[in-house]
Amino acid sequence: MASLRDIKNRINSTQKTKQITNAMHMVSASKMNKAESGAKSFVPYSEKIQEVVSEIAASGEDLEHPMLQEREVKKTAYFVITSDRGLAGAFNSNVLRAAYRTIQERHNSKDEYTVIVAGRIGRDFFKKRNIPIANEIVGLNDQPNFSEIKDLTAETVQMFIDEEVDEINLFYNHFISAISQEVTSKKVLPLTDLSDSNKKVTSEYEYEPNQHQILDVLLPQYAESLIYGALLDSKASEHASRMTAMRSATDNANELIDDLSLQYNRARQASITQEITEIVGGAAAQE
Amino acid sequence: MVPFPLPFLIPAQGGVRLKTLTVSVVTPDGPVLEDSFEMVSCKAENGELGILPGHIPLVAPLTISAVRLKGESDTERVAVSGGFLEVRPEKVTILAQSAEKPSEIDVERARKAKERAERRLKAKQDDVDFRRAEYALKRAINRLKVVND
Repeated sequence: MASLRDIKNRINSTQKTKQITNAMHMVSASKMNKAESGAKSFVPYSEKIQEVVSEIAASGEDLEHPMLQEREVKKTAYFVITSDRGLAGAFNSNVLRAAYRTIQERHNSKDEYTVIVAGRIGRDFFKKRNIPIANEIVGLNDQPNFSEIKDLTAETVQMFIDEEVDEINLFYNHFISAISQEVTSKKVLPLTDLSDSNKKVTSEYEYEPNQHQILDVLLPQYAESLIYGALLDSKASEHASRMTAMRSATDNANELIDDLSLQYNRARQASITQEITEIVGGAAAQE
Repeated sequence: MVPFPLPFLIPAQGGVRLKTLTVSVVTPDGPVLEDSFEMVSCKAENGELGILPGHIPLVAPLTISAVRLKGESDTERVAVSGGFLEVRPEKVTILAQSAEKPSEIDVERARKAKERAERRLKAKQDDVDFRRAEYALKRAINRLKVVND
């Protein structure tokens, strides 16, 4: 049986760990709120751009644009969004597993795909497995601005325009609620499901100078906004997932402390009983 | 209370010229501005464009430039980095990847960005970098111009 002092030490160290996890839980909770409000301020932009894109798609007679056309897929890009830090439960492993499995299932040779990765954990994961990384971004803010990732999104869309890759898929954790996040995979490019919005066309636009040139500006911007939206979504998920992980760590620490306290009290009582027995025994021997 | 609607209080359909239009400037980081103005003038890709209330629905791409919003008494300026403009008779929406009012522009940062872009342009690397540096330079110059005007 562990000595009294050993148990006491374990209680103390568990207590300290608990303090840390509890603090991290509260920090993540406030970060999650901020991330959610960041995602909210992005909504008007994304809704508007979606509206204009689908309206043009619905009105256009024959829209021919390279970004709308499916072409033979020779090389696929996977855009995987992870976090820079761990301690977020299954946040990173879930999305990485999903992406890795998809890659393994679909491709035989390394020439057929490439990976664009956000977050240190994801980068290290793919590097370790010798998977080609076309582009990466690490050290993103907890509340990212669009300007921080503009270069990455623009380069990603440019890769498609230059026909370096023929398809871009996103893998990220979609934020459903503070306790539930879901790994989502989404095809960003080519843009295929534009006109399926069941809204009727509200107004016939004039296009200045013409539809084609508008699409040249609009579609890259739209595709970039999809990626940025996923990134914001993933950030909110990261904080939520870390919050949940830290809360369960705190709960576990509490349970452990309870168990150890019980053990400690038992051991203390046992030693007192033993002492009394010894004294009584000693007194009896002297009579 | 008036028992019947007064005819002159009911806006006539069509013919009436609207006085103002609502302008909202939206970026991925949130709305920059939303207010009513009398006129919007901006630089589209093929020339200057002036929008008055009651304009037909229009979509046009913008260049990296300053958008001028004329209100009743004063004129506001917003630096936009491209994007596009959506016009409806009573509403104008500008969607840009970044847009700033003069008071929000970080002059120091814009100046540094300008120097950096100029250095890159001198170094003349491959096409992509060249194009990016060119855009960066345009954006920086535009910001500085909006502040200084």
